[in-house]
Amino acid sequence: MLARYRILLPVISLAVLLCLTFWMQPRAMSYFGLNLLFNLAVPIALATIAQMIIIMVNDIDLSLGAFVSLVACVTATWLNDAPLIGVLVLMALILTYAAMGAVIHMLELPAIVVTLGMSFVWGGLALFLLPTPGGASPAWIRTLMTIKPPFIPMAVLAAIIIAALTHLLVIRSKLGTVLRGLGGNTRSIARAGWNVTALKATAYGLSGLFGVLAGMALVGLTTSADANIALRYTLLSIAGVILGGGEFTGGKVSPTGAVIGALTLTLAASFLSFLRLSPDWQIGAQGAILILVLTARLLFSRKGAAT
Amino acid sequence: MTDLERTAVVALRDAAKHFGPVKALNGVSLSVAPGECLGLVGHNGAGKSTLVNLVNGSFAPSSGEVTFPGGPEGVRSVFQELSLCPNLTVAENLSIAHSGLKGRGWRRPARAEILASLDTVFPDHDIDPDAEVDQLTIAERQMVEIAIGFAPRGGSAKLVILDEPTSSLDEGIARQLLSHVRAFCAAGGAVIFISHMLGEVFAVASRIVVLKDGKVVADRPAQDFSRQGLVDAMGHVAAEGTQSTITRIAHGEVVIRAEGLEARRGEVVGLSGLAGHGQAAALARLYLAQTSDWRAGRGARAVFVAGDRPRDGVLPLWSILRNISISVLGRDGKGGFVNTAAERSLAEEWKQRIGIRTNDLTNPILSLSGGNQQKVLFARALASDAEIIVMDDPMRGVDVGTKQDVYAIIRAEAAKGRTFLWYSTETEEVCQCDRVFVFRDSQISAELTGDQITEDRILEASFEMMEAS
Repeated sequence: MLARYRILLPVISLAVLLCLTFWMQPRAMSYFGLNLLFNLAVPIALATIAQMIIIMVNDIDLSLGAFVSLVACVTATWLNDAPLIGVLVLMALILTYAAMGAVIHMLELPAIVVTLGMSFVWGGLALFLLPTPGGASPAWIRTLMTIKPPFIPMAVLAAIIIAALTHLLVIRSKLGTVLRGLGGNTRSIARAGWNVTALKATAYGLSGLFGVLAGMALVGLTTSADANIALRYTLLSIAGVILGGGEFTGGKVSPTGAVIGALTLTLAASFLSFLRLSPDWQIGAQGAILILVLTARLLFSRKGAAT
Repeated sequence: MTDLERTAVVALRDAAKHFGPVKALNGVSLSVAPGECLGLVGHNGAGKSTLVNLVNGSFAPSSGEVTFPGGPEGVRSVFQELSLCPNLTVAENLSIAHSGLKGRGWRRPARAEILASLDTVFPDHDIDPDAEVDQLTIAERQMVEIAIGFAPRGGSAKLVILDEPTSSLDEGIARQLLSHVRAFCAAGGAVIFISHMLGEVFAVASRIVVLKDGKVVADRPAQDFSRQGLVDAMGHVAAEGTQSTITRIAHGEVVIRAEGLEARRGEVVGLSGLAGHGQAAALARLYLAQTSDWRAGRGARAVFVAGDRPRDGVLPLWSILRNISISVLGRDGKGGFVNTAAERSLAEEWKQRIGIRTNDLTNPILSLSGGNQQKVLFARALASDAEIIVMDDPMRGVDVGTKQDVYAIIRAEAAKGRTFLWYSTETEEVCQCDRVFVFRDSQISAELTGDQITEDRILEASFEMMEAS
């Protein structure tokens, strides 16, 4: 029962916020306006999916922001100057993520500690690569991110595609089902004869893949990179997963919800600017919105449990 | 290799398993033939679970050998503790155990297979294959787990190990399972059936093996055992059927009146009825109402003994000692610090009184067998000063001997003026109570006291309305 309603609250929060934004700023209600509102949501949505895959297997990734920043730096330098090396480096990064998952499982390390440590490694590498902001976006990524499809703005279309693909991957496919089961009851998966280390590595590898996509999308929008460009993505992505109806433990996640959660967070920032709120207060106000939505969810699930 | 071993589904030869100095299994030779239902009995810690884990391949034996003359495929286990993925649907849980289901369109066959298996084992069940497991009742989850065990899953089940399969099932459903086991064995399948309910073992087993301290002490066809003989072979002195000796005393004033039931000082009040008819929920509400007062401060009026140990009982990372003393830290502490001497002496006292089988209380709680973990939970509750003790089916997976010990302790504590609220799925336990409330469809359908408490009366009150509708 509840699983089917899990998606309801994210949808409602996005709709309410969207209505408020349109009411404040009717000009946003256009092809161009929507694209502007949600443009930056695309990399955040991808990062949220990356975080969601880690949360799905009962871990948490505190290195995601630094990782996306590093990917952005690689994209703006190597991938632009020497595409072959760039691709190899990005693939190596994904493999490192997979290895990190395997190590966390085999040595029974807490993911929160390992990823916190790795965040400094990623951050250091990014600084090494781009000590000062710079680089340039490869032309094809720039083209892809600024494409203008008919009727639906690129940002909205991309969000829909990401949601649909990850829904297929995580909810519908056998692999996704087993990975969710890993979050629900690891022992039961192990008893059924699955190699849990390989599964964890797969989950982390997938997460790394989406992290790489997020970094590339970000560079496509900003056209250059900086070692600290995406540091706030760590907390944004966690907030997005939770806002989207996911839970920290137990493998209960919703990819569609996570994408909607990312959109809501992006929109919240724009909405607060429309309110002419001083930037000093914006982070706090964003937090307040988050608390509001989570409270609503708690009341919702309490009611569900009572009936 | 003898002829019997060649045709067997599984054969153990001098199999032993040691965990450090603990000999969980100490040289067991055993074989299970097709068409045989082997009843495996023994009290807590006798090595049953270890034996199961050797057969299903979770552990390798420390010495000796475990062989599968026909290959190890088709050996299935249904575990005592519930081991489904609660966040997945019923059909998805089947597919986890079925590696053949993959690629496009794996859902439809998964749904069909689990539904077919549920229909075979539990006719007229009411389980939706698309329901998420954590939305099911504990009995339904156990039914799903059993159905997954018997499902073909790309081959066919040759040997199904059922470890306490009926502990959460009510009698009607349990009977369906037993008749399915008989049909399964008649068709050439083999079953290892582990249960503390001797009636069920006699109803279904063709051969009974008694384990004691990691060794086989008896291995004979079922008809050669008598009920008493079986209890004696397990080596526990306490016999069944002691309820006639209970003296019913007059009780004091009413100490609690809620949820339509009332309990007096010194009374043992039972909540009965078929599983999943609102007893556990009523008990939880009643307990939370007693203890959730912010201003109450230390020394709550009521304590809780959990039946679902992993979910709301043990603190898995802590030692046995700490698991016992958690309920009295506030009382025995000095100025906000734990009084370790008092903590230890209290735990030692309860270890003696309730018979926790360990030589060191600082061992982790998970080193104990299920029944001994349950004793720790009893000790935790009884060590407190609370006058009301709420028990949520606390004897799940506990052996006959331990039960008798606990009954005696409950009686003694009640005589001192404590009140017990006891939800149980087993009629035998409910018959220990002074007053019984029978639940049906989340409502109390009958209140029985004294000599009225009989199995017939309870069953009558549990089923009445169902027949009428």
